[in-house]
Amino acid sequence: MKKIIYLDYASTTPVDPRVLKTMLPYFTEKFGNTMSLHSFGREASQALTEARKTLASIINADPEEIIFTGSATESNNLAVKGLAAFYGKEKNEIIISPTEHDCILESARSLSSQGFKIHYLPVDRNGLIDLKKLEQLINSKTLLVSVIHGNNEVGTLQDLSAIGKICREKQVFFHTDAAQSFVREKIDVKKMQIDLLTGSSQKIYGPKGAALLYVRKGVVLKPVLHGGGHENGLRSSTSNLPAIVGFAKAAQIMQKNRVEENKRIARLRDLLVKEVLEKIPRTKLNGHPTQRLANNANISFAGVEGESLLLELDFNGIAVSTGSACSSRTLEPSHVLMALGLQPEQAHGSIRFSLGRWTTKSEIKKTVKVLEKVVKKIRSFSPFGN
Amino acid sequence: MTDFYTKQTLEHFRNPHNYGEIKNADGKGDAGNIVCGDVMSLYIRVIKNRQGKEVIKDVKFKTYGCAAAIATSSVITDLVKGKTIDEALKISKTDIVDTLKGLPPIKIHCSILAIDALSEAIYQFLKEKKRAIPEELENKHQRIAKSKEQIEERYRKWIGKK
Repeated sequence: MKKIIYLDYASTTPVDPRVLKTMLPYFTEKFGNTMSLHSFGREASQALTEARKTLASIINADPEEIIFTGSATESNNLAVKGLAAFYGKEKNEIIISPTEHDCILESARSLSSQGFKIHYLPVDRNGLIDLKKLEQLINSKTLLVSVIHGNNEVGTLQDLSAIGKICREKQVFFHTDAAQSFVREKIDVKKMQIDLLTGSSQKIYGPKGAALLYVRKGVVLKPVLHGGGHENGLRSSTSNLPAIVGFAKAAQIMQKNRVEENKRIARLRDLLVKEVLEKIPRTKLNGHPTQRLANNANISFAGVEGESLLLELDFNGIAVSTGSACSSRTLEPSHVLMALGLQPEQAHGSIRFSLGRWTTKSEIKKTVKVLEKVVKKIRSFSPFGN
Repeated sequence: MTDFYTKQTLEHFRNPHNYGEIKNADGKGDAGNIVCGDVMSLYIRVIKNRQGKEVIKDVKFKTYGCAAAIATSSVITDLVKGKTIDEALKISKTDIVDTLKGLPPIKIHCSILAIDALSEAIYQFLKEKKRAIPEELENKHQRIAKSKEQIEERYRKWIGKK
């Protein structure tokens, strides 16, 4: 069988074999419940502590500030709703960017029915938020500013230090959804003055089912899940130890080779962008030209609808995504691309290529070749084909 | 799995029939809107057959859209070719969906789009020949024009909101 070219690492990554190997004993021999007092429990509890330490050190947090959850969506929900539930009586305004992942947008919207006011920060055409406007929007009722770090669709990286500085000065909480950037990018929660941060395992070659929420000491959340009081009372549920151990291992591996790996992937990504823009007419890179995730290229193909391009690529053995994978079952153009000021036809005709640890130069070359062919084909049916 | 496309839909998408334009067509119908991500143009060539009846001799399409939009465009050209005007007006979205052996629920609107484009092409043909327009076709034409307006209005509001 022909090997399929996977360029959808931003949707999810395969588990690194080294990670899997680390996880396996925790399914069978070391299966204990971290809350048990016997030797199995102690062994599990110790592994959990180790994983917490490892992950905390990556963002310069203290281990007690790391809360394990089941997914980045859950972390984001806990951050927004947990803060709102505790502080909502005094402060009921939330500021977010329009380019947040759906789980932040929807969490915020769910609060608006409880009397919260949601403000959307303007973004420029590269996807960067307007920092001046952020300062203006913050007032005595502002509870939280939540801004995604590395955008999942267009890859733009926000300036966390600048946002953190403003929020700390004005004494409002700052949460960042770093699902795409955790470990991939250097983050120091102390230096950057971040109060809450979401990180995910399945984007960094760890397993699904593990994620974290960093909660700075002194920030109080009300839990969403009640029960046995795991994770400092913030997330009751038996710890998913195999996944958490895998998460920590995955983070360790990425941390160790971050600079070289990013350099290698960015070089391939730049090659992809350069060749596509050179060889295929009426194409355009979306997102910030330089301040972006190393593995992301989001490209608009004028006159071509994204889904039909995705399917043609799939037939040719190349897996990509339109917008974010989650929204591929809805018909609306991507809210992120529209926020960046793209016309509907550009937004509908955009493809996200996300590269990863096992992407090769020959795969990129092949992808460009196939793209040239299929874009031409789809344009031949299109009323906007030339 | 109705969430995914049938073999028939994918086949029509990958190898669509009758795509292109007809120069100086006897009728051209446009349907859909770029805001929604689907735009379809259908061209028809009408001639009189031996019995003196007007039949759609040739039909072509140009479509911007998802796989379902392209597949439904392809299917409607197959269904229409050789039919009289009256017969063509009787083609329904169910005929298209049945030919494709089903469409995901979220994509049913693509089959409506194809029917709309055909109706509009026939409408234009009759109008230019100064023929009587059947009431049903006139109503449909009004509905399509109105929905186009509404979509554009909604879009303006949406953009204005930011």
